[in-house]
Amino acid sequence: MTNAGTPRVALERFLDRWLPQIVVSPLFAASLVFVYAFIAWTIYISFTKSGVMPNYTLVGLAQYERVWSTPRWYVALQNLFVFTGLFIAGCMIIGVLLAILLDQRIRLEGAIRTIYLYPMALSFIVTGTAWKWILNPTLGIEKLVQGWGFRDFSFDWLVDPQMAIYTVVIAGVWQSSGYVMALFLAGLRSVDDEIIRAAAIDGAGPVRTYATIILPMIRPVFLSSIIILAHLAIKSFDLVVALTGGGPGYATDMPATFMYAFAFQRSELGTAAASAVMMLMTVMAIMVPYLYSEIRGSAK
Amino acid sequence: MSQAQSGIVRRQGPRQIALRILLFAVLGLFCLYYLIPLAVMISTSLKSLDEIRTGSLISLPHEISLDAWSKAWSSACVGVRCTGLEPYMWNSFLMVVPAVLISTFLGAINGYALTKWRFPGANVIFALMLFGAFIPFQIVLLPMARTLGYFGLAGSVYGLVFVHTVYGLAFTTLFFRNFFVSVSDGIVQAAKIDGAGFFPIFFKLMLPMALPTIVVSVIWQFTQIWNDFLFGIAFTVGDSNPVTVALNNIVATSTGVKEYNVDMAAAIIAGLPTLLVYVLAGSYFVRGLSAGAVKG
Repeated sequence: MTNAGTPRVALERFLDRWLPQIVVSPLFAASLVFVYAFIAWTIYISFTKSGVMPNYTLVGLAQYERVWSTPRWYVALQNLFVFTGLFIAGCMIIGVLLAILLDQRIRLEGAIRTIYLYPMALSFIVTGTAWKWILNPTLGIEKLVQGWGFRDFSFDWLVDPQMAIYTVVIAGVWQSSGYVMALFLAGLRSVDDEIIRAAAIDGAGPVRTYATIILPMIRPVFLSSIIILAHLAIKSFDLVVALTGGGPGYATDMPATFMYAFAFQRSELGTAAASAVMMLMTVMAIMVPYLYSEIRGSAK
Repeated sequence: MSQAQSGIVRRQGPRQIALRILLFAVLGLFCLYYLIPLAVMISTSLKSLDEIRTGSLISLPHEISLDAWSKAWSSACVGVRCTGLEPYMWNSFLMVVPAVLISTFLGAINGYALTKWRFPGANVIFALMLFGAFIPFQIVLLPMARTLGYFGLAGSVYGLVFVHTVYGLAFTTLFFRNFFVSVSDGIVQAAKIDGAGFFPIFFKLMLPMALPTIVVSVIWQFTQIWNDFLFGIAFTVGDSNPVTVALNNIVATSTGVKEYNVDMAAAIIAGLPTLLVYVLAGSYFVRGLSAGAVKG
């Protein structure tokens, strides 16, 4: 070995040993900064008196008290509960039903599945725009049904502060129920055919076979579907903006639109940060136990 | 496998045939449920405003007119600028192509390094990075807006490329890590013994094997980033808006007569790229969705 070669060999050895870490570390650093440091910054700001500009003077829980004394926040929370509950229920009922029906080895299954799932490829803004037109109080469904002879039919949920949140549910279920169908269909296909055959030999009818044998076997799919839907619901922002704009007034506000309004329209950074922290806490309360059990389950 | 042997409804009798007809009727009804909104959009976009006012939601256009489409593409008003969707479609493409390619590439190399060159702490690093996929993005909006402003990227398409790359990384890493975990370590060991290093093994051996995962990741990222609205509306202004924000502005423009046909044409145009990808590569999209089951 020549002397000139030694530093090169040493460099190669060094790279061999450390290259994976060298490649991963900038990406990991990006995650530390843009996820963890940013979260820390937002949490810190939520304890300060920041208004239009960040102000680093700590004021304790004042911003949280402010959020919790804003009537609009209560509307947002109430909408979140109503929307999340009905959205999950609607998607689960339709999704599970369609998955079971599609599981009957029918012809055209591929084409039908494609039709059920295509709304998932669309932006919530596109979905919202479409349903805003369909649910339009003068020219939409109302006029259609009146044209069928039901002169007194009225359907103005979109502009009715009491009912507008349900239009968001209607559009949301239309978009996301196919997703649940796909998850459950995959789950049903993973059930051993032998078990189904054995049940049939025992004389169990199709309804009983599904209700007492197959569906209980894929219980984890129920859990993950509900978690995914809850996660989607808490983050829902686009659909509300496109369909109702949070209105009439702020009747269809959700925590996500509340946070956006305070951050970018009213420029009350501290209040916006406090509401964002509460959204994070809610998501974490759902996701952390779920992920923990998932990771533990797959490690076995 | 023949029809008679599988599924739950197996024996053939009048009752079974009736059940089968019922089954198809229900499936068909749900096809209508999902397709009618799309049909209404298309049909409305082809009508004139007069016909929209006189006709009904589901009536077909008497005279097909493409005026709404050309207006949506080139002259509809997005806020105060009456340029149609065209420039915003380009913004979205300029945003989505680099963001998809960079986040997929970085996710691939990250997943490879974390699984095939397992070093102490690799799993912890993965778990910490994965966390980024679950946060509600509202928690990073404020600091990111300030950071983009600081680097002069606020209100630009480049800023969005950066944001989507950073927050897409957790997810692309998840895709590739799950794939590379299933690849036998023996292949990499043999290549190492042959003297191949970190990058040659990645480019010549691992990437070609990961082709299906690359497709899943590209399609997933394309759909997510194209459809994004939150980052678009929070971090861009006016003429650098992506198409989802522009569409929302067209629809929300409240001056003058409400042109539902233009709204519908604009919505279809904005949804067409992801819809096409879905029709062409649906099975990869579904794989992304089920991998995304962990994320949602």
